Amino acid sequence: MTELVVGTKKGLFLLEGEPGSGFAVKTRAFAGQPVDFATRDRRSGRLLATVTSPFYGPKIFYTDGDPDAEWEQAQGVTLPEGGEQTLERIWVIACGEVEGTLYAGGDPGVLFESRDGGASWEINAGLWQQPSRPDWQPGGGGLCLHSICTWPGEPDKLAVAVSAAGMWLTEDGGRSWRRGNEGLNPGYLPEEALRDENAGRCVHHVERAPRQPGRMFMQFHGGVYRSDDAGESWTDIGGGGLPSDFGFPLMVDPADPDSAYVIPLVADMDRVTPDGRVRIYETRDAGSSWTARGNGLPAEHAYLTVLRQAFSRAGEGGQLELYFGATSGDLFGSADAGSTWSTVATRLPPVYSVVTA
Amino acid sequence: MAVVRVRGPLRNLAGGLAEHQLEGATVVALLRELERGHPGVGGWILDERGRIRRHINVFVNGERGGEATAVRPGDRVEVLPAITGG
Repeated sequence: MTELVVGTKKGLFLLEGEPGSGFAVKTRAFAGQPVDFATRDRRSGRLLATVTSPFYGPKIFYTDGDPDAEWEQAQGVTLPEGGEQTLERIWVIACGEVEGTLYAGGDPGVLFESRDGGASWEINAGLWQQPSRPDWQPGGGGLCLHSICTWPGEPDKLAVAVSAAGMWLTEDGGRSWRRGNEGLNPGYLPEEALRDENAGRCVHHVERAPRQPGRMFMQFHGGVYRSDDAGESWTDIGGGGLPSDFGFPLMVDPADPDSAYVIPLVADMDRVTPDGRVRIYETRDAGSSWTARGNGLPAEHAYLTVLRQAFSRAGEGGQLELYFGATSGDLFGSADAGSTWSTVATRLPPVYSVVTA
Repeated sequence: MAVVRVRGPLRNLAGGLAEHQLEGATVVALLRELERGHPGVGGWILDERGRIRRHINVFVNGERGGEATAVRPGDRVEVLPAITGG
């Protein structure tokens, strides 16, 4: 049985089912409210949801029990008082390497850490106090910290990505940070502007290969990249058969450090699946070549948008399950590493995030 | 004292009470007093800057007010979500 934790524009949905044989909605929580991201911590079983009420601001809620009942509000999810900025949104929650540790990333380019499983949070001061922060430029979705890549067995090593303040790396648990943008080539900037390290590096999503942690993959705002030095530098791998190098989410098969999956969209000016066909693209040679995987996905008149947190996986290797949702409210899944696909749900609200639990 | 009236989730966070008799010379002083009595309200009406969130409206005796709007004893302060959404 696979559980899908789905954040949507109008609430949180929990679906359960067997890959390939149908899923059912078991729970809807936070009815009517935007659930930007939701996940279940597999270590504790705790469900966590980031909710941005248009009235009351962004909050993190959690529950250890019945998701249809009351949720607790997490504490400390706020910017330091006295500044001129406000917390706009929490984009992602990721499990840390230490038991009970979680990270949350949000807008404006902020990282929070919890050591009690998500009940209370503290802002990461090292990143918050970066001297260059006043020059950071937001992307279209705001100044969102959306990707948090831990390093298996090395809790002090962390990589995070901010749109459009680029990659940030730490090896001391977040006390100090440095940039990791060498090789990124934003086509939306004049060449002279590339010398300005504060010029926008609009990273859309980053994943680390857990069996070879120095290997990372990135979907950029125009470009797909690979790093073999833990995010210090990047090589463009977007040329080998992709219909477009624009897109948002990216996923890897944990069993294969040479693997990555992307969901290309036409371009930044037309953010829908190309040619009215929904297709995932897979590489098994670290980006030298890409193969379309669309068996079972809509093949005509399908102009979907898949957001950066709306692609997830469970298992690995031959048992790799993949799931993604679109702003159309459609949700698709594969139980065979992307070879064949089926529809998991239709007519949900616009899907913001998908996590397998 | 002025009367601060809240509803919806704010009422739940404020001890389940819709009306609160509070001391304060301005709207923001009243809202801070509400937060002191009910810490769960913190961050829901006022943001980190101490400003009323963009999509919350505050009315003092039926007229739209802001953080600095003066409040006198007996005034009635309504905290309402704005008409917004999508």
